[in-house]
Amino acid sequence: MARTTRREFMLGEGSGTGSGPQNVHVGVGPAHPAMHGIIRIEAELDGEVIVGAEVEIGYLHRAFEKDCEQGGWNNAIPFTDRLNYVSPLINNFGYASAVEKLLGVDVTERCKYIRVIMSEISRICDHLTCVGASAMELGAFTVFLYMIKAREFLWELVEDVTGARLTISYGRVGGVKADLPDGFAEKTLKALKQTREVLDEVHRLLTGNRIFMDRMVGVGALSREETIGYAITGPLLRAVGVPYDVRRAQPYYVYDRLEFEIPTQKDGDNYARYLVRMAEMEQSMRIVEQALATIPSGPINVDFEGRAIDPAAYVDQGKQGKTEGLLLVPITLSPNLEGQQRAAHRRVNVADKRVVLPPKETAYGSIEGLMNHFMLIMEGYGIRPPAGEAYVAVEGANGELGFYVVSDGSDRPYRVRCRPPCLPPVAALHRMITGEMVADLIPTFGSVNMIGGELDR
Amino acid sequence: MAILAELQRRFGDAIVEIHDHRADHTAVVARDALLAVLAHCRDDVALAFDVLMDLTAVDYLKFPGREDGPRFDVVYHLYSITHNHRLRLKVRVDEDDASVPSVVALWPIANWLEREVWDMFGVRFEGHPDLRRLLMYEEFVGHPLRKDYPISRRQPLIGPAS
Amino acid sequence: MGVGSFFTGKLDEAIGWARKYSIFQYPFVTACCGMEYMATACSHYDIDRFGAGLPRFSPRQADVLFVVGTISHKMAPVLKRVYDQMTEPKWVVAFGVCTCTGGFYDNYATVMGIDTIIPVDIYIPGCPPRPESVIDGLMKLQDKIAAQAQRY
Repeated sequence: MARTTRREFMLGEGSGTGSGPQNVHVGVGPAHPAMHGIIRIEAELDGEVIVGAEVEIGYLHRAFEKDCEQGGWNNAIPFTDRLNYVSPLINNFGYASAVEKLLGVDVTERCKYIRVIMSEISRICDHLTCVGASAMELGAFTVFLYMIKAREFLWELVEDVTGARLTISYGRVGGVKADLPDGFAEKTLKALKQTREVLDEVHRLLTGNRIFMDRMVGVGALSREETIGYAITGPLLRAVGVPYDVRRAQPYYVYDRLEFEIPTQKDGDNYARYLVRMAEMEQSMRIVEQALATIPSGPINVDFEGRAIDPAAYVDQGKQGKTEGLLLVPITLSPNLEGQQRAAHRRVNVADKRVVLPPKETAYGSIEGLMNHFMLIMEGYGIRPPAGEAYVAVEGANGELGFYVVSDGSDRPYRVRCRPPCLPPVAALHRMITGEMVADLIPTFGSVNMIGGELDR
Repeated sequence: MAILAELQRRFGDAIVEIHDHRADHTAVVARDALLAVLAHCRDDVALAFDVLMDLTAVDYLKFPGREDGPRFDVVYHLYSITHNHRLRLKVRVDEDDASVPSVVALWPIANWLEREVWDMFGVRFEGHPDLRRLLMYEEFVGHPLRKDYPISRRQPLIGPAS
Repeated sequence: MGVGSFFTGKLDEAIGWARKYSIFQYPFVTACCGMEYMATACSHYDIDRFGAGLPRFSPRQADVLFVVGTISHKMAPVLKRVYDQMTEPKWVVAFGVCTCTGGFYDNYATVMGIDTIIPVDIYIPGCPPRPESVIDGLMKLQDKIAAQAQRY
């Protein structure tokens, strides 16, 4: 009797296997251990081979677009944090840029550099999480622990700047919430050094690892034509050899002044996506280093030169109406719970007071600041972009992150549409997994890096 | 602006309106000509819009000046990798005849994007192979992103309604 | 107090002590809070110190259901089903403000707190909660487990 090979057995071709009408339907998700994110895949299996798949999403639909229409233009910022919650800073800046385009304002040089630095740190965090989680699902738990350790170094930086670890709400229409803290550059360089060490270790653990390669090489591949037809951007598009990156194609902020490469691969399989992500992290670190070396000091500091005073006295004087000149004084109240030991973050934004929210220290510490805040937040006041529409794309961690905003000339957005970078790959997921084995679903899903908040909004 | 002039020259009256607000090339297309214009945009060598970046809709029910006009705009954002340029095409539809020809045959991604627009706005796509809700569940009644759908109207599957 | 109740009282204490240090959790991760859940579970914050390091991804093998992240109306039946599949004794932790009250997602899509669907033992607020507050919540859960009347 002829021996049935494993492959024949799986494909139902050998003796005693049968084929055809015995297909089994397996529902994977929405709550499944190897699915980081909630999504349902209804797979039709012939033996162990997936012959058809249906993907269902929407389990994390949180009405982002409807919520944005309810408040002022700046009130949408916290909702954008929670779109791609692994790299919220990029969402903040993308949305802010779209509103700025609608308003026709340009942010200051220093602010642009800060946005670039924080975006790239976010991108590294995103790739770390993606690679770490998908490696964990293949059994490489060590890699996951290492990657999260590296992410923790970067999150400490994010926390220093924004006051929060994850949902940071740091972007503002017309600027950012606060300036970089003292000693940020040194801390960043140190964190990047530590991150590089972790990436080195991970390279040694994964790149070339037999088990990892077996699960990744040639698995989940998508052709170039299909990738483009499904409007897939970001690492997945670069993994099929198309060097499209919004940062290079339509440079925004100061990306045209910084040197970086766009890593590409040819095969378009999971392994190529992994290599692209690993290489991109290195490029992001290069960008951060260059930006830190060339960041200008902004005009923003001019407003805030002066003597430091005790915050209690500052508030007292404000209450007594002695407000003249107070706006020009930096106060020593810290947003980061370090009390009075630390210099207050200075203000970074455009000069136009009718656009930018005042810093928190000012809003709570002086009557002018409070009035300024009030006038921007109160219903019927606030930012009023002229009626019209604008689309702005930035390079999110998963590809082109677009915001399409429509204004009717009032103080709240008429329509905010987010072009989610991870919806196209998930829409094409059934193409990637059909014809593969059922176990290959896991690494393919991992390499897609689906983020529920952004996918379902 | 060259793209818009070219489209106008080629399609004449089918291009209802063009504008360049904030340097975003935008053309409003008549619904009958939509498929022809989109196919031309994709296949013409000089345009070569090979990516349908985004497909969405806007409900203009409460927009000043549009209260009586066509209620929905279906918005297509195109991008060309070859030429690195963008174009926004819009088509206006009325509430009682809210349907647009489907472009799934041109770009496969339109399948999900059109399902989402149907789900959120109730605009139908003629010729779509499988027009079901994408984000909400089948039991859900109404289209939540319409301006007349109150944000807090819940339709829970289990648990209390309030 | 009879001799019998003295012994069962001591036995309760012993079982409570054992149970509080062998928490097998089922992380029902849906959204943003999952990132902080990951951070808490990994080496930096290390919840293994509390005997809760090993997640079980089968509800039948888990004691504590961690509901991490927003629950939408589409997801609610799934959550209920996972909860029903868990065996007694079981506890539920609402991780993050969305699971406690719905948070700032007050709209047509989201459930206003998971306690409208399943009973909750510990609420950990925050959007998302920092790992420190997660650990605080975990320790409160341990106290609750140790102090309650044990069924066995």
